[in-house]
Amino acid sequence: MSLEEPRDAKPEIGVTDDGLDYDALAALLGDTLLDREDHVTTEGFVVRPDDVQDALRTLKQEAGFDHCSCVTAQEYQDRYESIYHLKKYDDPTHELSVVVPTSRDDPVSQSANDVYRTADWHEREAYDLVGIEYEDHPDMRRILLPETWQGHPLGRDYDQTQPQVVTLREHANPLQEDHMADDTDTMFINVGPHHPATHGVLHLKTVLDGEQVADVEPDIGYLHRCEEQLCQQCTYRHQIMPYPDRWDYTANLINEWSYARAAETLADIDVPEYAQVLRTMSAELSRMAGHFLALGTFALDVYGEFTAIFQYAFRDREIAQDILEDLTGQRMMHNYFRLGGVVWDLPNPREEFFEKTRDFLDDLPAKLDEYHDMITSNEIFQVRCVNTGVLEPDVAKEYGATGPVARGSGIDYDLRRDDPYGYYPELDWDVVTEDGCDNYARVLVRMQEVEESAKIVEQCLDLLEDWPEDERTLQSNVPRTIKPEPDTEIYSAIENAKGELGIYIRSDGTDKPARFKIRSPSFSNLQALPEMSNGEYVADLIATLGSLDIILGEVDR
Amino acid sequence: MSSNDKTTDTLSTQDARMGQGADDRFNSPLREAFGSTPFILTKFDKFMNWVRGSSMFMLQFGIACCSIEMIHTYAIKHDLDRFGAGVPRSSPRQADVMIVPGTIVSKFAPRMKRVYDQMPEPKFVVGMGSCTISGGPFQEGYNVIKGAEEVIPVDIHVPGCPPRPEALIYGVAKLQERVANGESAPVTVKPYEMEQFGDLEQDEIVQKLADQIDEDDLVMRYNWTDSP
Repeated sequence: MSLEEPRDAKPEIGVTDDGLDYDALAALLGDTLLDREDHVTTEGFVVRPDDVQDALRTLKQEAGFDHCSCVTAQEYQDRYESIYHLKKYDDPTHELSVVVPTSRDDPVSQSANDVYRTADWHEREAYDLVGIEYEDHPDMRRILLPETWQGHPLGRDYDQTQPQVVTLREHANPLQEDHMADDTDTMFINVGPHHPATHGVLHLKTVLDGEQVADVEPDIGYLHRCEEQLCQQCTYRHQIMPYPDRWDYTANLINEWSYARAAETLADIDVPEYAQVLRTMSAELSRMAGHFLALGTFALDVYGEFTAIFQYAFRDREIAQDILEDLTGQRMMHNYFRLGGVVWDLPNPREEFFEKTRDFLDDLPAKLDEYHDMITSNEIFQVRCVNTGVLEPDVAKEYGATGPVARGSGIDYDLRRDDPYGYYPELDWDVVTEDGCDNYARVLVRMQEVEESAKIVEQCLDLLEDWPEDERTLQSNVPRTIKPEPDTEIYSAIENAKGELGIYIRSDGTDKPARFKIRSPSFSNLQALPEMSNGEYVADLIATLGSLDIILGEVDR
Repeated sequence: MSSNDKTTDTLSTQDARMGQGADDRFNSPLREAFGSTPFILTKFDKFMNWVRGSSMFMLQFGIACCSIEMIHTYAIKHDLDRFGAGVPRSSPRQADVMIVPGTIVSKFAPRMKRVYDQMPEPKFVVGMGSCTISGGPFQEGYNVIKGAEEVIPVDIHVPGCPPRPEALIYGVAKLQERVANGESAPVTVKPYEMEQFGDLEQDEIVQKLADQIDEDDLVMRYNWTDSP
């Protein structure tokens, strides 16, 4: 942007050859800094609630923390706390948490919305579920729960049995006076919550000026299933693992890794190499399944293609699901990962599994050519997608966009490579980026990612095939009950099919987390929708929404 | 005269009844199965139920994880269309079967009820997955309705998390069987109904919300403790 000063050539403050120098960062904040906490993978800088903007702005502009990944809110016995998890798009291993405590009597804290646009929704969620209010926030309303909800359910003294009243406001005449601004002839229109193009139960409050979108406001929360509360009620060892499958329910298995990674780092659990290979392979198969679904439904959205492409995509997704079923025993909700490994080995006879998976991979190039024939080289498709739903890279960063959405805008950011985990660093594959910034680029990224995933799966198959029989360790020794040290806090993320899926856990010394927070990529990506579709045609709004590939289970959690 | 007699001799009774000029293409196996008579005798209700069961228009209605398996049921390989139930309609006004595929939360329940109300009679509901039976894995959530039956009547429950496409097909086939037999879900008293805000019992919460909600706004009141 022209208003921004050109970036200095000198290195950002705090960057050293072996990671971040937190002392230098602390010196940068000077008096604003009240205290420093240790957060397992990073440090927490405690600042006063009325210094939030200053501190964050300094860290963003001078230390290069341009990615506000997540905002976690929680209530302690004596205080409320908001944590801003900051990262860098250039190097996501450079992390920093900014901790903002507020009093219990008057939980008001400065909004970070002016520094990071993405803080808008995150802070609304914090207000909705925990009850912290943010000063200067442009739109302090509930986001997930209905507007008439009483109480803040993740607060300490919430009574779950109290009755609630939820309204159904009807929309009578869309041309009614109260939907019209002065001197314009705009029309208000609801898209969803039950609508074939919203990929689930999303509600878009749209204002149209003729055929063009004057304003669009996503209204979410129609699938808010209290995942965070439920995870806080479950024990670390086995009970939490089934839930991640249900967040992003098109590419289920990868989500398990997010919890596995966070809990394993928290409790210091090793994972045997053989299990890492199995994890990597199954996660990539799952990513392929997710991308096939994204492709099929996108074709359905863009030119109502229910016959060929949609069915072709489901044919291929079906095969990926079959392979995963052979491996895990379930078509969708695999529950395959365990802390410290995976639950079981490849199915017997192993040769059959290898053959089946290799057949799938061998057929893939021809199928992808077919997709390119039918979709990406189709003129109608190109007219609908090229230069629509444009998301400039700096805007994408402002909104914390990750995954194929960010990579479609030319942001070279993939946690599998940049914050390595699993077996990815040992394998030969590439991060796909496209510079188009439009709907077309996002589709291309997903299709190429399928190829990259196939490459990864193929290498994993080779490794598994040659793995000596007596070294096939599936799980390391993990205590039956896991009780991390009290007040240990961790935020860690993995790359799922939609982007950066992060988990924040705070332990309180029991076998259940005291706070479990999910940072879902779709939540942040969806937030950029108004930016991408205001001023465009309403038909392009639908295409843009499709190309964002949001999953409501993950948006609402 | 004599030539005419000859024709009558060679024609089967069936052909004779169909008369001259009837096209072969109309001569379906079904037609042949009826034998010599082109008439069947049945009760009108029975006929209508058979028709309803054999041609179902489903509502295209996705909620959560189960909707992915529901799409798989419609799509290639499982192909629900083989069972006469594969035409998903986007508008509730054109549909007569609603598959409820997923968790219902407090914000969505009134909307689902509205969609259900918009479907023309007679209408049927297949509850897909554990969430529509009891809230499933999310039952203990503060925001989750403990089953679709709290809001709308359900004819067939398909358990599973999510049910396999085969299970859903079985559920739909069972529904067809029931419809053909003229059975429908027993009318249950549903705990959560939509009412006008002004009609609610005046208690603490209603008074608190009085300045936010108009008297004639439709609302749904959740008494969580009454849920089974």
